[in-house]
Amino acid sequence: MTAVNEQMLPLVREVISGLQHKPGALLPILHEIQNRLGYIPPESVPLIAEALNQSRADIHGVISFYHQFRSTAPGKHTIEVCRAEACQSMGARQLEAHAKATLGVDYHGTTSDQNITLEEVYCLGNCACSPSVRINDEIVGRVTPEKFDQLVDELRSQTLEVH
Amino acid sequence: MSSSVTNNTMTKIFIPRDTTALAMGADRLACEIAAEAENRGETIEIIRNGSRGLFWLEPLVEVETAGGRIAYGPVETKDIDSLFDQAFLSGETSHPLCQGLTEEIPYLKKQQRLTFARAGITDPVSLEDYQRLDGFNGLKKALVMEGQSIVDEVKTSGLRGRGGAAFPTGIKWQTVLDATPGKARNDKLGQKYIVCNADEGDSGTFADRMVMEADPYMLIEGMTIAGLAVGADQGYIYLRSEYPVAHQILNEAIAKAEAAGFLGNNILNSGKTFNLEVRLGAKAYICGEETSLLESLEGKRGMVRAKPPLPAIVGLFGQPTIVNNVLSLAAIPYILSQGGQAYADFGMGRSLGTLPFQLAGNIKRGGLIELAFGVTLRELLEEYGGGTFSGRPMRAVQVGGPLCAYLPESQWDTPMDYESFQAVGAALGHGGIVVFDDTVDMSEQARFSMEFCVAESCGKCTPCRIGSTRGVEVIDRIRNDENRASNMELLSDLCETMIDGSLCAMGGMTPFPVQSAVKHFPEDFNQPAPHNHGEA
Repeated sequence: MTAVNEQMLPLVREVISGLQHKPGALLPILHEIQNRLGYIPPESVPLIAEALNQSRADIHGVISFYHQFRSTAPGKHTIEVCRAEACQSMGARQLEAHAKATLGVDYHGTTSDQNITLEEVYCLGNCACSPSVRINDEIVGRVTPEKFDQLVDELRSQTLEVH
Repeated sequence: MSSSVTNNTMTKIFIPRDTTALAMGADRLACEIAAEAENRGETIEIIRNGSRGLFWLEPLVEVETAGGRIAYGPVETKDIDSLFDQAFLSGETSHPLCQGLTEEIPYLKKQQRLTFARAGITDPVSLEDYQRLDGFNGLKKALVMEGQSIVDEVKTSGLRGRGGAAFPTGIKWQTVLDATPGKARNDKLGQKYIVCNADEGDSGTFADRMVMEADPYMLIEGMTIAGLAVGADQGYIYLRSEYPVAHQILNEAIAKAEAAGFLGNNILNSGKTFNLEVRLGAKAYICGEETSLLESLEGKRGMVRAKPPLPAIVGLFGQPTIVNNVLSLAAIPYILSQGGQAYADFGMGRSLGTLPFQLAGNIKRGGLIELAFGVTLRELLEEYGGGTFSGRPMRAVQVGGPLCAYLPESQWDTPMDYESFQAVGAALGHGGIVVFDDTVDMSEQARFSMEFCVAESCGKCTPCRIGSTRGVEVIDRIRNDENRASNMELLSDLCETMIDGSLCAMGGMTPFPVQSAVKHFPEDFNQPAPHNHGEA
């Protein structure tokens, strides 16, 4: 177990005890852990399994089933590019290629400065103003490659200000 | 400018907090309009309403005047100065972005809005706004009705499930009403559940999202009525996590409704109980399938269940459960408040009521269009949509989501109702319409249909799990011009196997867009790949 993950376990325990009474508690628990930590540390699996009286395999199986849950830390920001049909009709395939080339990563990859993780998504419900991307919790419409670059620049300068 | 006159009354400005409006810059616009008003000494009140669904005009800014609300859109921050200069606060219509009175915009005026009657007019989380415009009238009626009478009213309306399968809603409710809850795991008598399927995963659809973001109390009211009808006191909204704005608004609305006694253990002092909770999905398209959704709600992998038993009898946690789409539940308050017959008076044949069509993709004027069934696809594409966004000729239109057919121009005169679409081998699904111009490569679209199924199949049945992977490979070989004739035959066989052998609609319908692409756009499968239709 890595020291970094171990430090997170008290928080994981707190999340579990706050939610385990709910019927069908597993997804709410996983969401909350990922919300707080950015990912679900593998060390939390046995804790969740014990609290819900399920096997580790059950918990791991659920984490791996859903595209959203991740077991490793993401970058500071996550950009999701919509790959679905409405966005395709407005140039999403070119936008995807541009995003990968610009960031130098494939889907699920994180830039070498740990700043941006690139993910795919199938539909953000912004289909009348395609193509769309989601940056953290914000959805942006009519994203041209130029606009994409501008959004990435904004994220990078934000990160500089924080440091 | 007569600012001294306008200053005396506070001008109301409406700027939506809907996802599309936000995606086009509504938040920043609202901040800068507020700042500019302060600079100029104007007193304004900014209300963050829902969207009217005229998405090509977003952000659509409306100014309240004595004669009605005047619309300006699409407004960018660079337009703010000129809007103030040209006295938009007093409803001056000279600005080039002025669209006149919102209610008179033909795209909106020609619609028959029942479900979306309040959308964009109100502040979505204002209980006062909701009640001023007939909100909770259906609930108040339902509170003094027998469950059976509520179900009868829904049957009279002819409402069919708006999620895509079009199953009669009243029949489903009757089944749940008649079912007896089994023993729960703790040996107490089990309970019935109302589950709202808000996993609106089909590309080109956003009607559910608009209900939740523009008029969430309508959904809350519809679910509460469903609970009263069948004797369920717990409801869940299973919401896709791709909708963060809807999540926020639903949670605000539920908290306010609880505080005001519209939800909880003693609804409006009737002694009746209904509690409601939003549960988030986690990026899995298959969880829009109702049995997979129930598994997910129970905290499991979203694996499809075999049917029977129906969820109406053995549903969430093994108990009788209504699983309805957002739009089905959102239609309920109108049906209860105005009567089932009033709803049934819209529509044609067995497709009664209205359907909110959603115009999306490469379209000049995309948005939500609620009309009675029976309008033709061409009317929507041309009169409402105004042609493609790119200005190029339209070539293919996918109606009903990623599991439904691509329609060539020869089919665009088909009336938009369930039976007419079925007759041409297509489906209305959830009413989403995605337009492609002539640069589309239909073999690439067919390949994507299979690729999407690879990514999103739950993996339970072989035709879907393995068939889709083989489908991608076969289409790749066709696109690479390897043994074209025999691979086309193989693709045809594979599609039949998936349709006949899959457990649910994911594998069973993935071939529909593929087959329609092959049938209606054969030229895209007959040229050596890679090719680009637009440059041909």
